[in-house]
Amino acid sequence: MMMTKKSILAGVMVATSGLLLSACSSSSSDEPTNSAAPTTSDAASTGTLTVWLDDVRADALQTVADDYEAATGISVEIVGRDAGTMKDDFIQQANSGSGPDVVMGAHDWLGELTTNGVVAPLELGDTAGNYLTAAIDGATYDGTVYMLPYSVENVALLRNVDLVPDAPSTFDEMITMGQASGAEIPFAVQQGEGGDPYHLYAFQTSFGAPVFGRDDSGSYDPANLTLGEGSAFAEWLGAQGAAGTLSTDITPDIAQAKFNSGDVAYWLTGPWNVSAAVEAGINVAVSPIPSAGTETAAPFAGIKGFFVNQYSENKVAANDFLVNYIGTEDVQMALYESSSTPPALTAAADAVAAADTTGIVSGFVEAGKDAVPMPAIPQMGSVWQFWGTVEAAIINGADPDATWAQLTSDVQGAIDAS
Amino acid sequence: MDTTTPTRASVLRGSSIGPLLLKIVMLGILDAAVVFLLMTLLTRGSYAIFGVVLVGALAVNWVYLSKRAMPAKYITPGLVFLAVFQVFTILYTFYIAFTNYSTGHVLTKDQAIEALLSQSQSRVPDSPQYPVTVVQQGDQLAFLVTEPDGTAMLGSAEQPLEQVDATFTDGKATAVDGWTTLQFTEILAMQDELFDLAVPVSDTAMDGWLRTLDGRSAFQYISDLEYDPQADTLTNTATDVVYSDTSLGAFTAPDGSQMLPGWQINVGLDNFTRAVSEPTIRGPLVYVLIWTFVYATLSVVLAFALGLFMAILFNNPKMKGRKVYRIIMVLPYAFPAFLSTMIWSGMLNTRFGFINETLLGGAEIPWLTDPTLAKVSVLIVNLWLGFPYMFLVTTGALQAIPEEVVEAATTDGASPWQVFRLIKLPLLLVSTAPILISSFAFNFNNFNAIYLVTEGGPVDRSAAIPVGHTDILISLVYKVAFTGQNRDYGLASAFSIIIFVIIASISAYMFRKTKMLEDIN
Repeated sequence: MMMTKKSILAGVMVATSGLLLSACSSSSSDEPTNSAAPTTSDAASTGTLTVWLDDVRADALQTVADDYEAATGISVEIVGRDAGTMKDDFIQQANSGSGPDVVMGAHDWLGELTTNGVVAPLELGDTAGNYLTAAIDGATYDGTVYMLPYSVENVALLRNVDLVPDAPSTFDEMITMGQASGAEIPFAVQQGEGGDPYHLYAFQTSFGAPVFGRDDSGSYDPANLTLGEGSAFAEWLGAQGAAGTLSTDITPDIAQAKFNSGDVAYWLTGPWNVSAAVEAGINVAVSPIPSAGTETAAPFAGIKGFFVNQYSENKVAANDFLVNYIGTEDVQMALYESSSTPPALTAAADAVAAADTTGIVSGFVEAGKDAVPMPAIPQMGSVWQFWGTVEAAIINGADPDATWAQLTSDVQGAIDAS
Repeated sequence: MDTTTPTRASVLRGSSIGPLLLKIVMLGILDAAVVFLLMTLLTRGSYAIFGVVLVGALAVNWVYLSKRAMPAKYITPGLVFLAVFQVFTILYTFYIAFTNYSTGHVLTKDQAIEALLSQSQSRVPDSPQYPVTVVQQGDQLAFLVTEPDGTAMLGSAEQPLEQVDATFTDGKATAVDGWTTLQFTEILAMQDELFDLAVPVSDTAMDGWLRTLDGRSAFQYISDLEYDPQADTLTNTATDVVYSDTSLGAFTAPDGSQMLPGWQINVGLDNFTRAVSEPTIRGPLVYVLIWTFVYATLSVVLAFALGLFMAILFNNPKMKGRKVYRIIMVLPYAFPAFLSTMIWSGMLNTRFGFINETLLGGAEIPWLTDPTLAKVSVLIVNLWLGFPYMFLVTTGALQAIPEEVVEAATTDGASPWQVFRLIKLPLLLVSTAPILISSFAFNFNNFNAIYLVTEGGPVDRSAAIPVGHTDILISLVYKVAFTGQNRDYGLASAFSIIIFVIIASISAYMFRKTKMLEDIN
């Protein structure tokens, strides 16, 4: 029915993408000319690196890129892309000659990127020891480092200090304190109809049920699906759903809006939501996620970093830019200052924590002490496919044991089938 | 007369020169753009596209410079856009449907071999990091590396590392007799060559080779994968398993295990066979198909009924302020549908949605989580999005019905209902039927209206794939072809073609029916 409007919209979109395509092709046509330039050319035109990153961080890298150009003569062209489609776009365009030289992404892309053969291995050499262990773990796939890490992120427990001055030590204590504060929502964690296992993972691990077991080298072992040990967690989910402390009605938007309006006591979320809350005038403090079961609550760590395109014609420049430049303390600090995600380089992370007067960054670092990298193995895709909807169903009253058992068998079936 | 004649002539001349100039300027701009495009295509080696663009550009020039191609002058712009935005997309979808283009199969075979070999290289454990200076002799590049003990070694692709006397700066060998030391900026000009340069560490292949990734440090690598170009096989030297190209789009071991990345190949009708036999999709396919028909039909019928009702209401000349009302009516149509659907999704939230919380005083009606109510909800949202369009169309059609016909019927004693049912409605249907048919086709594939409101949910947990109760065919296909980390473009394209065939057949059938309706009238 919206046909006419829709087809116009589609036409505009196609036209725009056509323009983009032609823009890409023209820029890529410049690259070979540049890299094939004779050795006699002056230092100012030694090549252009094209870097894709999400729109939000594009400005942050621009200053860093300008400094690099001043130091080496290699100009870095920053292209802001839509974060939602960047990975698929990169995979489709990497080998076509119109892809970027470097792309920013997250460590859980690695399985897909290596399966498609679009990323080139990096060599950190002696500098590998300068990064946080979780960062190097996340950047490594099948024994090879593919990503230059620049930040390590994890979720933690935010609280509205005006409502609840103290950090809780257990989940139940948190709910009690939250309720006593009189807040409309004592505890919020984003769910939505499809669930959100990423945010609930710390509670799941506190019941001793990670998704995959690990082999001797610390890598996740796809043959060892340990998800099935989570029946205690499933029962807890069902109980919390019945009590109303977990609810699929809390979408990310609602959680944020309610916390920023002062109606939420505790909020389980990531550093990306802090600045908006502070701007809204909320007195925010950060603490580790309380355990709901018998073990430590270990959230997922998300490692962000940069990949080199396997089909880049500027791989030496790209490697130099990443390993010898993005991997330095000054640059990691600069990236932290403009994007406020904790750095992956140990020295920079320490400097940030030491300089932090609000306790917010150190709070996230503290909460991330026990964090585990999100598995990047391709089998994880089979888990994501079912995980969230099953958790949402249990929260909404489905039988915990039977539903969780079905999840395990569905996931195992999908892994075996692929 | 003497003065007017030349003026008239110049006016005549001017009126023909203006358009001609405009034509030349426009064609000039077009041709300049085409020449630039052609040069770009040529340097990139895209000869097929080069040919198509060249022929197309010549044809356009001929049309506008020729005196004979008058009708073509009008339809050419439309044809060009049709070719670029419709025909090309359809042909490309067909092409992809016959390939295995999917996760692990996006490369060409050569690229896949390159990627596999590059991924298989691993740094020799506990080997040092060598400071490296890149040196050149004629066309040959070589590494001048400094060992941890301070000795300088020189080696190239053919010549394994051997000790040399070199000039040192700050403990790093920086120059050697007979070779030119390259600065970093010079390295960048030949970085492709340098990146691929592997210098054997010794005469023994087991010791591996040195490579530099950044032009500043070199590392010692070994690989357990060997490519044999003659036999076209990859051998894992650690396990002695031979992987060969068995026309499956990936190097395959005798036991059937594949090495990824693979490459893109033609797979014939495989995707179509899978589309109908894929076990995960066969189960829910029937009820999804039924719901798709129900959804598309009801969306059209409800929107048409409401739109028509409103149109008749506002067509009454006695009503005051009709224009204001009409503008308000069209508002849903003026908002971006993307935005509206997402706002609706928020308003229908069970606990915090505007509808439950404010309008219904805190009722907790599961608008989006109950299987039946979710279906009702997506229909309501689509009705809200769709009725203004029908309102506009039927208003126009109503006004086109001659007053005399209605008057004649009234004089003959027909009641208003009879006038509507026997005269207005049939006349309306004749003019709006094509719009109804295309609306049906559009809603059959209305991915956004489903996905942005419910994401297909609530999920049917008895199915082996995360299919939901409001999923229509196209959103089911999306879930099957793009689950988790798998992107199966080949399968998705095959599905698109199947859906296209379904809709095309239905539309063709209904258009024929409409023809008959027209004949009756």
